[in-house]
Amino acid sequence: MRNIISAKVQNMQPSGIRAFFDLVLGMKEVISLGVGEPDFVTPWQIREAGIYSLEEGFTSYTSNKGLYKLRLSISHYLKNRHGLEYSPEDEILITVGVSEAFDLVLRSIIEPQDKILIPSPNYVSYGALTELAGGEPVYIDTKKDSFKLTPKALEKHIDKKTKALILNYPTNPTGVSYTRRELSELNKVVLKHKLLCVSDEIYEDLTYDFAHTPFPSLPGARENTVYLNGFSKSYAMTGWRVGYACGPKEIISAMTKIHQYTIMCVSITSQMAACEALAGGRASVEEMKREYKRRREFMIGGLNKLGLECANPQGAFYAFASVKKTGFDSLEFAKRLLKEQKVAVVPGTAFGGSYKDYVRISYASSFDNLKEALNRIAVFLKKGR
Amino acid sequence: MDEILEILEKDARATADDIARMLKKKTQNVKDTIKKYEKEGVILRYKTVINRELVKNTKSEVRALIEVNIMPQKDVGFDKVAERIYSFPEVTSCYLISGTYDLLLIVEGKDLHTVSRFVAEKLSPLENVRGTSTHFLLKKYKEDGVILRHKEENKRVAISY
Repeated sequence: MRNIISAKVQNMQPSGIRAFFDLVLGMKEVISLGVGEPDFVTPWQIREAGIYSLEEGFTSYTSNKGLYKLRLSISHYLKNRHGLEYSPEDEILITVGVSEAFDLVLRSIIEPQDKILIPSPNYVSYGALTELAGGEPVYIDTKKDSFKLTPKALEKHIDKKTKALILNYPTNPTGVSYTRRELSELNKVVLKHKLLCVSDEIYEDLTYDFAHTPFPSLPGARENTVYLNGFSKSYAMTGWRVGYACGPKEIISAMTKIHQYTIMCVSITSQMAACEALAGGRASVEEMKREYKRRREFMIGGLNKLGLECANPQGAFYAFASVKKTGFDSLEFAKRLLKEQKVAVVPGTAFGGSYKDYVRISYASSFDNLKEALNRIAVFLKKGR
Repeated sequence: MDEILEILEKDARATADDIARMLKKKTQNVKDTIKKYEKEGVILRYKTVINRELVKNTKSEVRALIEVNIMPQKDVGFDKVAERIYSFPEVTSCYLISGTYDLLLIVEGKDLHTVSRFVAEKLSPLENVRGTSTHFLLKKYKEDGVILRHKEENKRVAISY
């Protein structure tokens, strides 16, 4: 049985990165700055709500769209926090993290050869999911614009086949985010060309320098936007796998069709815990945010001092640092740093083939770890040169 | 609360330099602020949290929570009586509380006998003390926000997107 695996799947993700990941996972006592999740444990009151739901015997399926109670809470939360109006009946879908929501939305909208715009560097799944759905990812390199998509660059990449724009802000892997004004300018282009905007705002609670503006809150944007969010980053709930998609009825209904056949519904325990997160978890969010912000200042200051320049991240918990001056490419840098100093970072090439000069450094780690990691990187750089 | 205090409350060893880098301030400014807090008594002292159960070769100490009923004094209320009580070195904490009793003390001694003797011979005979109720502590799980157990192992995978 030759060629049993489809070409589409065979072509996914460069193998060099995979080998590097295996290397990291096989090593012990590594300080990892390669992690894409909070280092906090889910706040106790949320965990306790999950445990309690099990004790009470909530062990069944839920409605395909998700627990009504959770959809209602999300609807209220979005209204109170952002003034967004989504009906819990048919405009909100609970998904297995934002990851599933992405798969659903892309499969719902893509016709063969449709083009999907992806500002890059970008989160790893966007391109792969677009291709799996039969579409063509079109990457817009943002490097020369300080890793921000500009209206000009956006306009330049649009043609007749362009169907949607994927936005993700604050951005993984750069931490860059957009002000309301910048988003308004982008929205004008989106509206002009009647694109759908798929906006992944999973890191929105971790925005440090200005208020976060959800894309659907922009004038005229709501009807062509699918807003994606979840509990993973804000409430340190990555392992619970709860996300949600909000958008026009027509799109949510299409997504629900696929969701009901593939996933059926999100784990009820996780949904019950998510209800508690919205009901009483905001204080923890604020506390974690303050902590991340301090780490950001410490880390960015430290990295720049070492000559690993990075764009100032306005959100999330990542720094996208340039390793150009070291003379190593990103994979080589990451491999050597791991072997010689036991510090793990993610090579920039994981987020787009052309980012050979960058590594993603996550500061979702304890202050002591960050301090020690900076010391080790300093030793590494001294030796390397 | 000032973020400098928030950081020091969690980690008294955080240096002025580190704090300055975290808050994007000048090291000298942070130093000055800390000094000011120390002078004003906002920062009283820097302590280490020790899990005594794990300390080898030390005799275990006995702790008791003692509720005390006292008679307030004219003009000074409870304060003067409280002062007489908390001045004993055996008293490690002293709170004025609402409810059936007036003061809540935490008292430390090298054994049960010592603590009992403190209550019987020093505390109870005070003229304004009307009654006491002693509860010996059996096990400490959490103190001042710190859960007393070994550092938790890392449960995250070392690398993820």
